[in-house]
Formats: sequence, structure tokens, C-alpha cells
Amino acid sequence: MIRYTVARLTSLIISLIVASLVIFSVIEVIPGDPASFMLGINAREDTLAALRSEMGLDKPLAIRYFDWVIGMLQGDFGNSWTYKTPVFELVADRIWVSLPLAIYALILSTLIAFPAGILAASRRGGVSDVTIMGATQMGVAIPNFWFAMIMVLIFAINLRWFSAGGFPGWSDPIQGLKSLTLPAISLALPQAAILARIMRSSLLDMLSEDFIRTARAKGLSRRQALWRHAVRNALIPVITIIGLQFSFLLAGGIIIEQIFFLPGLGRLIFQAISARDLIVVESVVMLLVFTVIIVNFAVDITYAIVDPRLRRKS
Amino acid sequence: MSRGLIIGAFLTLIFASLACVSLLWIPYDIETFQIPNKLKRPNWDNWLGTDHFGRDILSMVMMGARTSIAVALLAVGIGMVIGVPLGLFSAARRGSFLDEFIMRGNDLIFAFPSLVIAILITAVFGASAVNAIVAIGIFNIPVFARLTRAAALPLWERDFVLSARVCGKSEMRISVEHIFPNIMNLMIVQGTIQFSLGILAEASLSYIGLGAQPPTASWGRMLADAQTLVSIAPHVALVPGFAILLMVLGLNLMGDGLRDLFDPRIKKDRA
Repeated sequence: MIRYTVARLTSLIISLIVASLVIFSVIEVIPGDPASFMLGINAREDTLAALRSEMGLDKPLAIRYFDWVIGMLQGDFGNSWTYKTPVFELVADRIWVSLPLAIYALILSTLIAFPAGILAASRRGGVSDVTIMGATQMGVAIPNFWFAMIMVLIFAINLRWFSAGGFPGWSDPIQGLKSLTLPAISLALPQAAILARIMRSSLLDMLSEDFIRTARAKGLSRRQALWRHAVRNALIPVITIIGLQFSFLLAGGIIIEQIFFLPGLGRLIFQAISARDLIVVESVVMLLVFTVIIVNFAVDITYAIVDPRLRRKS
Repeated sequence: MSRGLIIGAFLTLIFASLACVSLLWIPYDIETFQIPNKLKRPNWDNWLGTDHFGRDILSMVMMGARTSIAVALLAVGIGMVIGVPLGLFSAARRGSFLDEFIMRGNDLIFAFPSLVIAILITAVFGASAVNAIVAIGIFNIPVFARLTRAAALPLWERDFVLSARVCGKSEMRISVEHIFPNIMNLMIVQGTIQFSLGILAEASLSYIGLGAQPPTASWGRMLADAQTLVSIAPHVALVPGFAILLMVLGLNLMGDGLRDLFDPRIKKDRA
């Protein structure tokens, strides 16, 4: 296990370094002079000079890269050129919308997918199986931002159960959670459909295994064998998918935030793109990629704890 | 042939023909605004109604189908043309340093969701349909590379590869002449799935303004325009949404159907 963890940790660090190099090159090397790119062709010379020194453009590339990385390690993500505030503060404000949204959606997706997948597998070929599988086909095909618009039309405009957008803050947690409910459902639906399909097929694989037959032979009913033995083993591939989905939910939240006018990372990044605030784009993208890599690492390690065969293989 | 495959192929064919017809003819010109005609419900003149500029929605959907299909198809093309050779090479040199290098590179690209790639590209180059193709295409590369490698590895243990080796064929020639034909079915199935994901990704990107730019019609763009009108003219938002849903559903059903057709062994499990 230690060897496996060390190997994964090494590849984690290499991934982070390469990812940061890629992001740095795209944002700071490809545009040529990022300062004049950010300010446009009509920029005044002194404004340009101010931004150049702010971004440290007079220094060699390698030094700039190291300054950026070391800064991030110390929690200094640079200063936003348009907001005139540290990027760290901007991100810290908005992460309290984006992160709860992703977690909320992940919980919903799991709560929908587990019962649906287990029911479909245990009634294989029956009416519930066919209905659930049909529903998941639709769930996978629906664009989630369109589903969000329809939910706004039904639940916010017609029934007035929820507000159509905006976020009141966490001072009243119930209201905060309520305003994240429609966004979380729209984000969760396609993921729940995928998860339910995987849950079902993984469970069906397990149900045809020898140990289930043994359990049945020892006198367990179908239902007992399913719950005591099959579901637990079927969860292993499902964990991986849940981990992968978290990254999708965090990135997918960027779009959903636009629809519901939520002040999250997505809004921040789009405002930054239209204002050409590359410093913000660079840091937020790095943060997203960082999260994806860390979550994948956590999934690999969890996987190895749950399934000892994997440890031996590597 | 399964029912799913037939329905899927039928849906796909409808949208493909809409896109083809739009190259020659669309019911109404969508470049000019006809404000007096705006937000008409579906009627005999405009089968799917008109939008807030009075443009015919059916014509917009046809032009949008063209954009969606072109973007998704080219993105699948990028993924296949780069990903499959990488995967074949990795499998041929399995266990080597280059194999490890290629596979770790794939893991790295996987850490950049296509939306994030699109954000990076757009921040520097501006938004356009071409950048959407590149972003989705880059995301497709590791998908095909991994699948190709995984499918090719067991083939290298088979007797027909051994006999090809005995004949003195090089690893690259075996990959092209013997391994590739055996995994082509799998690539067609995955290509269909990635095609459907590409349609969804293109719609999302153009919805948030990172994809095709006006006046190029796209389904995502239509939905973005319709968002504020959803309460007064729901059809403006419903039509492009259903177009995306049906196209993606069709491709997914076709992908599943093709998989069962190519590999009858797994038919029972997936039914």
C-alpha cells in the first residue's frame, strides 16, 4: 500500500507541475505580451507599464513561472486587474457558492441513482427496469442548461416555489440552500442517469458471480444476497465514477451558475474572460484543474483501500 | 437489428438530412430581421414559430443542425486521428517508457474538462466555432487513445499476431494491418458516443458564448437568446432544446445498438 501511495503521489505531483506549465504557457506565453493583450490596442503607455510591472513581465519567463507557483503555494494568486483586489479573495467569496452547489448536486445524484440502479438490476427485464433505463437514456441526452430553463419555467415562473435565480447568501442557510436547489437538480440529473446505469450494470455483473450463488445455496433469499453481498461489491466501480463526477459537477456548475445568476466561480471566470483579466482566468483555471487532479488521486487511493487486488497489480 | 438501433439511426438521419438540406435551401432567410413578425407561435407559415427577431425557427434549427454536426464531427475526427495512432503505438510498445509517457499525458488531458480547455483557448484567442472544435477535439484524444490501447493489448497475445511476427512484419505494420481492423468496430461505437457528447458540448459552449458566434446559427446560442423569453414564448426555448435532446438520444441509441450488433456476446447484459 505504501509503495502504491508513493507512486500515485509522485504522479500527482508531476501532473500538477505539468498542468501548471500548460496553463502558464497558454495564458502568459501564447498572447506574446499579456499586458497589451489585456488592455487592448488603445491602452495608454503608462497604464501598460503599470500592468507590466504588476504582472512582472520585465522578468524572464522562468522566474515569472516560479513566482506564480510559489505565490499560489503561499495562497497569493496575484491581483485581479479589473477588480483591483487579490484573486484569492475573489475566489474565496465565490467558492462558497460553487463548492456547496457541486456537493449538493453530488448528493442528489447519488440519492437518485442508487435506488434507481438497484431497483433496475433487481427487477431485470421487468417494467421498472425498462422504465428506469428509458428514463436514464433521456437523462443522458438532455442538455442540463436546457433542463434548468424548463425547471425555472415550471417551478419558479408558474408555481413560484423557488426563485428564478440569484443567491441570498448563507446568513439564512435554509434560503441559501433553497436557492441552490433548482441549480443542483439540473446539474445532478444527467450525472444521476449515468450513475444509475453504472450501478445497474455493475450490480448485474455481481449477481452472476459465484459468491452470490454460494450465498443463495447457503439459504439466503434473493433480496438478502443482493443487499448483503452484491451491492457492497458493486459499489467499487461506482466510487470511481462518483469521484470523476465531482470534477464534472464543479466544471459543469460554471454553466448552471450562468442560468441562475449565481455569484460563483463560473460568473467570475466569464466576467474575467470578457474583461480580458487573464490573471483571474489563469488562477481560477489552475484551481479547477488542481481540484480535478486531487479528487482523482483521492479516488485512486480509496479504490486501492477498498480493492486490495489493485495494490498488488501496481 | 434492435429497435433502439433503428430508432436511433432514424433520428440521426433526420437531423443529418436537415443539415444537408440547409446547405441548399432553408424555408426563410435568417440573416434579416422581421421584427413585426416576432415571437409567432407555430403556424402554417412558420411551422415552429418565429424568434424575437422574427426569424423562422425551423430555418434556424436547420442551420443549427449544420453547426452542431460539423463541430461534433470534426471534434471526433481530431480525437480519432490523434488518439487512435497514439493508442496503437502505446500498445505496440507496451511497458516501454514511451507507452508510460503517452498514457500519463492522457491522464493529464483528462484533468482538463472540455469546458476548461474551451475557457483557456477563448481567453486568449476569443470565441469561435473553430475554438470549440479544438477544445472538444483535445478532450476526445485521451478517450480514443485509452480505448485503443485497452482494446489492442489483448490482441497482441493472439496467435494471428504471432504468425504475423513470424512473417517478419514490424510492430507498426502489425498495428496497422492486423490490430486496427480488429478494433475498428469498437472505434465506430465510441465515435458515435463521442459524437453525441460533442453535440452536447457544442451546445453548452455556444450557450455560454464560447462557441459559434452570431450570425452563425447554433442550438446553444438559440437557447441563450430564448432564456429571457421563456415565460412569454416558451416555444422559442423548447424547440432548440428538443432538437439537441433528440439528436443526442438518437446517437446514443445508435451507439448502443451498434455495440450489440458488432458484439452479440454482450447483448444480453446490456439489453
